[in-house]
Amino acid sequence: MSMKDLEKRMVTGPDGEQFEVDPMQDYFCQETPKVHKASAVKIWEDFLNWARAESLWILGYGTGCGAIEMRPLMTPRFDAFRYGIQWRPTPRQSNVLVIGGYMSVKTLKRVVRSYEQMQGPKYVLGLGSCTINGGMYYDSYNTINRLDHYLPVDVYITGCMPRPESLLAGFEELKKLIKAGKGEGQNKYAENFEWYKANQKKIIKHWDMPDYNW
Amino acid sequence: MKTLLKDIEERFGISKVVEQRPDEVFVTVKKDDAVALITYMKTHAGFTHLVLLTAVDWIEDGQFQLTYLLNDPTEKRDIGVRVMLDRETPVMESVHHLWQQAPTYQRELKEMFGIDFPGSPRIDEPFILEGWQDIPPYRRDFDTKKYSDETYFPRPGRVTHDPAEYMKKKLYPEE
Repeated sequence: MSMKDLEKRMVTGPDGEQFEVDPMQDYFCQETPKVHKASAVKIWEDFLNWARAESLWILGYGTGCGAIEMRPLMTPRFDAFRYGIQWRPTPRQSNVLVIGGYMSVKTLKRVVRSYEQMQGPKYVLGLGSCTINGGMYYDSYNTINRLDHYLPVDVYITGCMPRPESLLAGFEELKKLIKAGKGEGQNKYAENFEWYKANQKKIIKHWDMPDYNW
Repeated sequence: MKTLLKDIEERFGISKVVEQRPDEVFVTVKKDDAVALITYMKTHAGFTHLVLLTAVDWIEDGQFQLTYLLNDPTEKRDIGVRVMLDRETPVMESVHHLWQQAPTYQRELKEMFGIDFPGSPRIDEPFILEGWQDIPPYRRDFDTKKYSDETYFPRPGRVTHDPAEYMKKKLYPEE
């Protein structure tokens, strides 16, 4: 997407008729994200949390060095599939976004777009020390230092890079969090939407997408 | 290699010859003769492969040094052609007509150092940094830690330990 794609233009439909299209209005959601409350019936909510925790579908987007630690999880030795964890190609079908390692400004723009396109309830896992305090790239002109100023993070997994066993332990921690009813990353994002958006816009200067990318 | 060096010394104005290894030599040439020398290397001397094109920022001398690393696949030898450019107006002739990978290197140098290569295809398109407004970041007068502290929120409480000092204090605490 470039700035040119976001302007109003005339498009020829398949029947040959011409109609005007305004991408910002027609293709994207105009409202800000909403807060989704938990259900009032406790047993039902517990059941839903159990179901969400036992089938975590990860977006297959290897953002940084951490992607190399996700590959062994697909192999039979560490086998994440028995935990219900799969990798999905599109954000529309996934639950968890694993941010592996450092995030440059260019990647952050794409990750924000992917995160906002995911369906809730969604969780973010920060892998490695670069998401916590910048890691070994703390003084770089291009990588961010704290991930939780741009996206709501649920679990951090320390290490540079963490071993696959640490990753599985991190997923266990995330599951415990979800079953206790504390997987509220999406609601946190919806409540503090302006703050997150201001932080993102501060560093992503070439902003050629709408504010909320649902 | 020595015959080659003697040959080009006669034709072009070579100033500094540094021999790193028996099959790797670096020569420094003036900016006006540089593209002629590189073309001669590619067409006559057999150095048909451009390995890389990088720049070094000599801020004390007020110069940028460009290095074209060329490789001869048949004789298995390398030659590095160094060109010194003025730091205030760094402009260099483009070599995109010789190699197809040259425009990419030139694009990166334009974005990261500010060295212009007029005529190179797609030279003004942003390569790695999108929407960058500061000075080119690879220059030595760009303080990257200061930029990082101001733009990205550093987490407080970060401590750096020198490993030798830390281990000394830990193993011999009474000294």
